[in-house]
Amino acid sequence: MRSFAQWPAPLAAKGTSEEHALVFNQGREKRLLILPALFDEANKLRRQTVEIMHRLDLSGIDSVLPDFPGCNDSMQPLEAQTLDSWRAATAAAAKHFDATHLLTMRSGALLAPDGLPGWRYAAHGGKQMLRSMLRARTIAAREAGREESTAELEQTGRKDGIELAGWKIGPDMFAALSDAATPSSETLADIPREAVPGAGLWLRAEPDEDPEQADAIAAIIAIGLSHE
Amino acid sequence: MTGEPVTDGMENTPVDAATDADAKADWLPPSRHAIDTQLRSILCDVLGLDADDVEKFDGDTGLFGHLPELDSMAVAGLLTEMEDRLHIIIEDDDVDGEMLETYGGLLAFAEAKAIEG
Repeated sequence: MRSFAQWPAPLAAKGTSEEHALVFNQGREKRLLILPALFDEANKLRRQTVEIMHRLDLSGIDSVLPDFPGCNDSMQPLEAQTLDSWRAATAAAAKHFDATHLLTMRSGALLAPDGLPGWRYAAHGGKQMLRSMLRARTIAAREAGREESTAELEQTGRKDGIELAGWKIGPDMFAALSDAATPSSETLADIPREAVPGAGLWLRAEPDEDPEQADAIAAIIAIGLSHE
Repeated sequence: MTGEPVTDGMENTPVDAATDADAKADWLPPSRHAIDTQLRSILCDVLGLDADDVEKFDGDTGLFGHLPELDSMAVAGLLTEMEDRLHIIIEDDDVDGEMLETYGGLLAFAEAKAIEG
């Protein structure tokens, strides 16, 4: 059964913030922490991520999908968050929920805490993600009869932070993401592209879910965990 | 009709231009076809449509401003995916209404970029 839990997330400034997590928790042995895709891709993949969790639940695996400070129902301002503060938050979530394994979705790979084994789905850097978001902004500006250039927006983002596709990204977060290529990982295995049928749902213009893809991803994880 | 000489139907074309056109004709069609196929496949993925539906797109099929799901974020995703799969770089200045308005416009743009690259 799914439910919501609270967990204390450390903040960039100081102190902690109580954040939500969607959990399938029956205190079972195998416990997967899921680091969701970021920003616009988070919306596109949310349903699909929960579909995967539901399947894992049926396979006897607990899973946790935390909200990072500044996202979803969080009371914290998004623009105050940094990539490092989110990394600290994911490490805290792993500890709080006694995670034994990790699944990262897209740019969630940038937040993977050290030491946990697991999987990455379509790992992606911050650089390419920002490129799409900056482009969305220049296209929208042009539609509205304003001229904005990617280069100028990048400068603004690094200096003052910037709002992209409705997300207010602070200067530290912007700079860190701009410099972040797809990370490498020694403890996480990439789910092979050919193992998941069809195109990635983050490409879709609108959020969607795909049962076959969810089956494939959950099966890879469930089979992997059953061999341990 | 056997024995009919094969011509390009442009008898008065200067020799240089004809040679140039022939040279292009040798390699352009397959490459153009490949870009067309890839572009349709990207649109399938972005719009979540069946390949059969996207196969019906012609040069005049409206895109941006005609398909409600193609908002600025979706167009940005589309262009980024085109960069990745077609190995091209799309600059700010390349993006204009004409290029995004119809399938034909987008295809012509992708072809021009692919040749440039």
